Parts: sequence; structure tokens; C-alpha cells
Amino acid sequence: MADDSDRKRMFWAFSILGLMLIVSLWYYSVHPVFMYIVTYLWFGVAYGLLLQWGRFCFASAWRDLIAIGVTRMFVGIMIAMAVFSIIMAVLAEYRLSTFHPGPLGPHELIGGLIFGIGMVLAGGCASGTLYKIGEGNGTSMIALTTMIFGQAIFVDIGGWFDQLLRNYIFPRPAFTLAEKLYGKHPGLAKMLLADSLLNTIIPILVLFVFAYVVVARKGIIRQIAQQKAASAANGEVKTSFSDELRGFWYMITASKRTTIAGVLIGIIAGFHVLAMQNLRYKFGIGNFGHALTALGLEGVSKRGTVFDPGYWYITTQEAQVGGWVLHKLGWNMMDNIYFGMSNGLPDPWWNPALLMSVGIVFGAMVMALLNREFKFKKPTKELALWGFLGGVFMGMGARIALGCNIGAFYIRVAGGDPGGWLFFLGMGGGALVAVRFMNWWSERKLKAQDIEIEIE
Amino acid sequence: MPVKVKKLEDGVYQLDVKGYVCPHPQLYTMKTLEKIKSGDILEVVFDNPSSEESITALCNKEGHEIVEKRSDGGTFVYRIKKA
Repeated sequence: MADDSDRKRMFWAFSILGLMLIVSLWYYSVHPVFMYIVTYLWFGVAYGLLLQWGRFCFASAWRDLIAIGVTRMFVGIMIAMAVFSIIMAVLAEYRLSTFHPGPLGPHELIGGLIFGIGMVLAGGCASGTLYKIGEGNGTSMIALTTMIFGQAIFVDIGGWFDQLLRNYIFPRPAFTLAEKLYGKHPGLAKMLLADSLLNTIIPILVLFVFAYVVVARKGIIRQIAQQKAASAANGEVKTSFSDELRGFWYMITASKRTTIAGVLIGIIAGFHVLAMQNLRYKFGIGNFGHALTALGLEGVSKRGTVFDPGYWYITTQEAQVGGWVLHKLGWNMMDNIYFGMSNGLPDPWWNPALLMSVGIVFGAMVMALLNREFKFKKPTKELALWGFLGGVFMGMGARIALGCNIGAFYIRVAGGDPGGWLFFLGMGGGALVAVRFMNWWSERKLKAQDIEIEIE
Repeated sequence: MPVKVKKLEDGVYQLDVKGYVCPHPQLYTMKTLEKIKSGDILEVVFDNPSSEESITALCNKEGHEIVEKRSDGGTFVYRIKKA
């Protein structure tokens, strides 16, 4: 029987959903074109629900693999990407994809490295930070705040980021593997072969084998051997190649929740791309900035555009909040390339991608409330410091790489852009550095107190 | 905030990592499990939901048995028997 606190949680969960429904109707009542923003909002809600339910975090993927030898999130993310890559190839074939590859270069590796350090310090990647805020995590709130303002300051101060973009990053080649191998629009079979199979699924299988051999195998084979020993008459056990295959499959399916969340996130991300491109056709816009200009609203860039990726993205819309606030306070944020030339600084309530981030936070909050997992966790001074630094590092890394764990890795790899893997490797290197630091730190803390468990 | 590891009785310890976020709960769980004896019980108290799956996976991997799982109002209590 539901007690009072259960009823309260249900009340808040459905109130949040009700409020978002009212907000959606308000947008529509202002102008039908704002259904574009509403669509971002509800896809954000879907991501938030699934991220929280699956505890889906890219920081955890690398960190748990390195720190405690657990593969489940690493596997979940790769499954999500494999599913999404197939959908992306189909969408691209029918001109229904909003995806564009990013400039290929070492900036992706370096950005990934800085981002990787930040995500381990902050206790969550860019998307993980949002869903954890929905769980009431105060450390993540600090990380988000410093990511918001850190990015805005980083892209404007000193003008060096403009130089980096203009002279180094933008001139670099940007292509999908299918384009590189077969030219533009080579047809579905070739896109499935190059973008989905060669660029996404085969590297994933290689990584799975690596994760199995280096990390998961020992524990899994021990379990299989124990099961065999229990049924063997003389207790002698030999494991065979078929046991290895069984073990490999076990690693992939060990956490059903993560695997299911991975498949669903891949599908939702595909439908998101489809929905945004259809809305662009419906409203006759290539970018939401065109709609804002037509309505006489401010904040579009010199090119008449605003940040409107048309797919799942996290960090730029957050940077825009920081840029917008600082701009209103008198710091000219429109004189740089990042905001002034391409992404603009629309008012937050007219910022389409930002509503997606809002949706992620509240979607995760609804799921956490329904599952009795919402709890406000006030950060301690120590965690606040890690959150602060983590947010700054993640923001800087994301800007250098032109995206975060979603925009520079998940979406890019699945879209056929090989540069996404550079970000992934960088992220792993950064995670390794930060995990070593965290290990040292936690050992130090355990030693610092009088632990009675040190018996032997 | 100190990490609290206290002895509840002979062979039973409690690790309280409430308030800690990833990766701390799973990291402290692993390190504390390394320090206790085979057959001892470790009770981990945490309130970071994503640590739930990580701690479960860690125990599966190392062969530790989770003998009890409780959760209430966002706080989780896992009792783990060391392999």
C-alpha cells in the first residue's frame, strides 16, 4: 500500500509532467513554430527518463572499467551507439538526417583528454551531470554551473579561441567514412557498410574483446568454472572456447537494465533526428534562427542562425546560458566566433536546444521520484571542489573538441565520423589520469582515519 | 566529511558513504572489501543511485555475495559477504 511519502512522490512526478504539458501548450499558443522547441523539450524528457533509469553515464563507462574493473556501462553505451548508427545510416539515405561530421584533428583527442579528467572529478559526464541533477545531486549542480560559465568565459576571453577555430580547427577536413570511401550520398548499403559497420560496430566489437580479455574475463571464467565444478563428479574443471563465448555473451548481457536502456536510447536518438528534420521541412527552416528572425526575436548570430543541432547535444546550449547572462550584465559575448558568428545568444526560453537540457533534468527527476530515488544531496566542501573543477575541465574540453561525450563522441561516431573515436580515446586517457588521482585520494582518506578493519 | 567505516560486531562492518557521488561509493566499497576477511560482512550505506549497479557488478565480478538489499527514500543499504 502506498504511504504518504509515496503519494507525495507521485504527486510531484505527475505535477512536473503536467507543468511541462502546460508549458508546451503555451509555446504552441504563442506561435505554432514553437512546436520545434517543444519537440526538443520532450525528447529531452525521454533521454532524462532513460538516462536515470539506466544510470547511463559515460564517465562511469570509463571510470568503472579502469577503477573497479566493471564493464557494464562501457557495454551499454556501445550498444546504444551501434543501434543508433544503423538508424542514422537509414535516415541519411532518405535525406532525413541532421548530422554533420566535425573537423578531424588532434583537438578532438586533446579536448577529450581534458573532458575525461573533468567528468571523473565531477562524478558524471555532460549528460550524466544533467540526469544526476534530476536525482537531487548538489555536486552535479555545481559542476553544471561552472560548465555553463566556464565555457562562456573560455570562448571569449583573450580572443585565442577565435584564433584556434579560425586558423586551426575550421580548416581541417570533415567527412564521414562513407563519404571518404565512396563520395557524397553513396547509397544505403555503402553507408551501412562504412558508417555503421566499419566506423561503429567493428570498433565496438574490438573494444568488447579488449574489455573482456583485459577486464571481465577473469571473474566471469571463475564463475563458469565454479558452476562446472559443482556439477562435475570428480571436481576437475577445464574451460573451453565455448565457455569463453558464453563468458563474452555474459559480459554483454550482464546488466539487463543498462543494455535495454542502451537500445532504447539509440532508438530515441534516431527518432529525434527524424522528428527535427521533418519539422525543418514542415516550417521551411534550415535552422531555428530563421524562425526567430522572422518573428523579430533577438539573439541570432551574424549568419542568422542559433545553436540548433537537430539531434541530442548537451554543452553548447549550456554555454549559451552563461554567455547570455554575462552579455546581459554588460560583457560583450557576441564579438566572438562561437556565439557571434554561429550559435547566437537567444533568450533562454527561445533557445531550442536548451529546452532539451531542461527536459533531461526534469525527465530524470520524474523517473527518480517514481523509483523512490530522488534525494537532495548537499555537497560537502570536498565534493563541491571536485564538482567545481570537473565542470570547468569538462567545459574547456568540450569547447576544444567541439562537443562533449554526446556531441563529439556518441553522435559523431554513430554518424560515421571517425574523429569521434579520437575524442573517446582522449576521454579514456583523461579518465585514467583522474582515476589514479581519485585512487590516491581515497587511499589517503581511508588511512587518515582510525579504521578498525585493518585487522591483518 | 570523513568516510565512516565502523565495526558493528565481530566480522560485520559498516561503510557509510551517504552524500558521496560517483565514483566514491563504489571505490570505497572496493577498497574496504579488500581490507576485510573472507566471510566477513560489509554493510554499505549510500544514496547515489548509479552506484547501485556499479556495486552489484563489482560484487558479481569478484564473487562476493550481496546477502541483502534495502532501499528507502533514496538511501540504499547493501550487505555484502566477502568471497
